[in-house]
Amino acid sequence: MDHLITEALRDLLTGQCTPAVVRAIESEAAASAGASPTAAALWQQIEDSGFADLLLSEDAGGAGLALRDAFAVWDLLGQHAMPLPLAETMLARAWLAAAGVALPQGAIALAPQLAAADGGLRASGVRGARVAPWVLGQHGADVLLLPVAAAQASASIFVLDADLHWPASAVVSATRVPAPASLLVAQAGLVSALLAGSLLTVFESTLNFANERQQFGRPIGKFQAIQHELAVMAEHVSAARMAAQIACEADGVVADPLKVAVGKARSSEAAVEVAALAHSIHGAIGFTTEFDLQLHTRRLHLWRQTAGSESYWQLQAGQALLAADGMALDVIRQITDSSAPVA
Amino acid sequence: MTILNGLALTRIPPEGEALRAEVRAFLQEAVKDIPAHIRAKSWSGYDPAFSRKLGEKGWLGMTFPKAYGGHEQGAFARYVVVEELLNFGAPVGSHWIAERQSAPLILKYGTEAQKQRYVPPVARGESFFCIGMSEPNAGSDLASVRTRAVPNDGGWLLNGQKIWTTNAEHCQYMIALVRTSGEPADRQKGLSQLIVDLSLPGVTVRPIEDMSGDRHFCEVFFDNVQLAPDALVGAEGQGWEQVTAELAYERSGPERLFSSVVLLDQWLAFVRSEAAPRADSIKLAGQILTRLAPLRALSVAVQEKLVQGQSPIVEAALVKDQGTVLEQFIPAAIADDLMAREGEGEAVPHALLLTLNYLTLVSPCYTLRGGTRSILRGMIARGLGLR
Ligand SMILES: Cc1cc2nc3c(=O)[nH]c(=O)nc-3n(C[C@H](O)[C@H](O)[C@H](O)COP(=O)(O)OP(=O)(O)OC[C@H]3O[C@@H](n4cnc5c(N)ncnc54)[C@H](O)[C@@H]3O)c2cc1C
Repeated sequence: MDHLITEALRDLLTGQCTPAVVRAIESEAAASAGASPTAAALWQQIEDSGFADLLLSEDAGGAGLALRDAFAVWDLLGQHAMPLPLAETMLARAWLAAAGVALPQGAIALAPQLAAADGGLRASGVRGARVAPWVLGQHGADVLLLPVAAAQASASIFVLDADLHWPASAVVSATRVPAPASLLVAQAGLVSALLAGSLLTVFESTLNFANERQQFGRPIGKFQAIQHELAVMAEHVSAARMAAQIACEADGVVADPLKVAVGKARSSEAAVEVAALAHSIHGAIGFTTEFDLQLHTRRLHLWRQTAGSESYWQLQAGQALLAADGMALDVIRQITDSSAPVA
Repeated sequence: MTILNGLALTRIPPEGEALRAEVRAFLQEAVKDIPAHIRAKSWSGYDPAFSRKLGEKGWLGMTFPKAYGGHEQGAFARYVVVEELLNFGAPVGSHWIAERQSAPLILKYGTEAQKQRYVPPVARGESFFCIGMSEPNAGSDLASVRTRAVPNDGGWLLNGQKIWTTNAEHCQYMIALVRTSGEPADRQKGLSQLIVDLSLPGVTVRPIEDMSGDRHFCEVFFDNVQLAPDALVGAEGQGWEQVTAELAYERSGPERLFSSVVLLDQWLAFVRSEAAPRADSIKLAGQILTRLAPLRALSVAVQEKLVQGQSPIVEAALVKDQGTVLEQFIPAAIADDLMAREGEGEAVPHALLLTLNYLTLVSPCYTLRGGTRSILRGMIARGLGLR
């Protein structure tokens, strides 16, 4: 992965995707059902810097990154609680460009499970749909590029998401794209990487807090009970980050379903544990809107609930393991060491 | 932050993989008649003839210098061999500690004469060592050991007692951590490591039975045991530093992930044989896989750091603690799964229940041996700068 790209992105996020900006985008979206000037400004910065095109080939104006390289980018987006569907847009643009479809302007949210409804299509809980003009959705074998403006939108649980219903007319005129793979697998893979980043930030801020917050005359991090909770957090974070790297381990822009199953299941498990321990260690302050922790722990739960929870992916992984004959080690090697020939 | 950020997905290099197929073919033949509940003993299975066979194959002392009977292969080549041995449940217990820990310690701190004398027989699978650290009143608090060696005209006069010494009954030598100067109150100061020939007069070894009925660890008593001057490994008073380095070898290998893998494979074979596997079983298989695979990747990443000459003590502790907890989860979860099908479908094979029962009874030791869970968490906290 090109160090310059991640350093440039880190600079952009540190300057432009601050907790204040994340808050502003969330509250503007809540107040006006979508039109957020802060979101528009952040998106423009991203667009101007070319980060949404990193997965496009160099011919098409991108950087020709593979999913394996995208991990470092998505990890950073997770670390900064990115409130716009940038990771999703990177992937959608790569798929669209590969299919020869002209790229639309603006962010693209993902809806991997479109359902038929009243002659049209609907999707619930589309992540980032309040701050994106487009949705790339999958309905059976079809992948469609749908404008958000053509849908009837209603509020979802998370403020930046929406439940969408496209009437038949909008579906008929949507751009159809040959699907290179399952959009659910693709989304689960990138969400694993977002979780990896968010887990790291939650862990680091909890560690800092434990070193600063004083009770009984010393930092709470000096108490063995707190030390052990932080050690357990570190274990979950290290395993989840490794699992997310596995999920993104691919040469091109199509993820391996079994690797994604490992990444999404393990990072989702970690999300629940780490969020709970972080809140426990932060005491009452961490429970407030004003304190930044919630920007991340809400996302840990949200991303865990995106593109299949741990149970869903454990079931997929279990099917693969049972379908393979021989030793579990061989499946593990296929997952973690894919260049090795299977003996 | 480097500890959580610095472990990158790493592939075992091709030169590391080179031996896998040959080792596997050998093991398929070698263990085919050993029942699963015996293979499940993993690295506590004792069979000196098997160790000698591995020595003949060149699969012991793989990373040692040729001058001392080694094969000067990369650490990943050894990793692959060890991983296959553990996954097949090969009886590697006789040589395990000597090859993993004692010989590398002697190679690092020993005199030329000690290296020539002790290391080549380890690489041949003929010489077995045990570790004498724990005592009845020095477990987690290892710096409080009381066993004492007093310098005299003949070398060292040794008195005291060790406990929980794995395989002492079958070993020729112990590397003992003992007090050579000062008082127990001096803690880490004044400790040294001595090579004790267990056939000397005054040494008594008494096996202790564990709750599964196995006898693998022992009490060892020293009653005026006269040791030669060259029993000392490394420098007098440096025992603590040496032991700390030694424990890093002990904690970084795949043996902290795969202790329950024979049961896992046996259970998977049973579930595959069922006409319609339960959804819960499939999910459990996936839960174990999605926890085990990232840990194996972490263990390989730690190995890579060792190869690069770094000392990833905290990373090794992160892997060991998670690995041993997963090793304990596997028998508990499989028992739950098997007993959830009471009265339906095929009867659970007796052989599978035997393995399950064995692992249920020994698995408490996974989070004790090599340092307890609490001690490892303390090490992680130290690595995070909290203490
Ligand atoms: C199968 C097996 C093989 C072994 N093989 C060997 C061997 O070959 N050689 C050898 O020398 N030893 C060996 N051991 C011993 C092993 O290293 C010790 O059991 C271990 O260090 C724990 O010591 P202990 O049993 O005295 O428990 P204790 O130290 O008494 O601990 C009891 C409990 O208190 C906790 N505790 C203790 N101190 C602290 C603290 N500061 N903070 C928080 N919690 C604490 C522990 O975590 C544990 O939960 C073996 C043990 C087993 C089970």
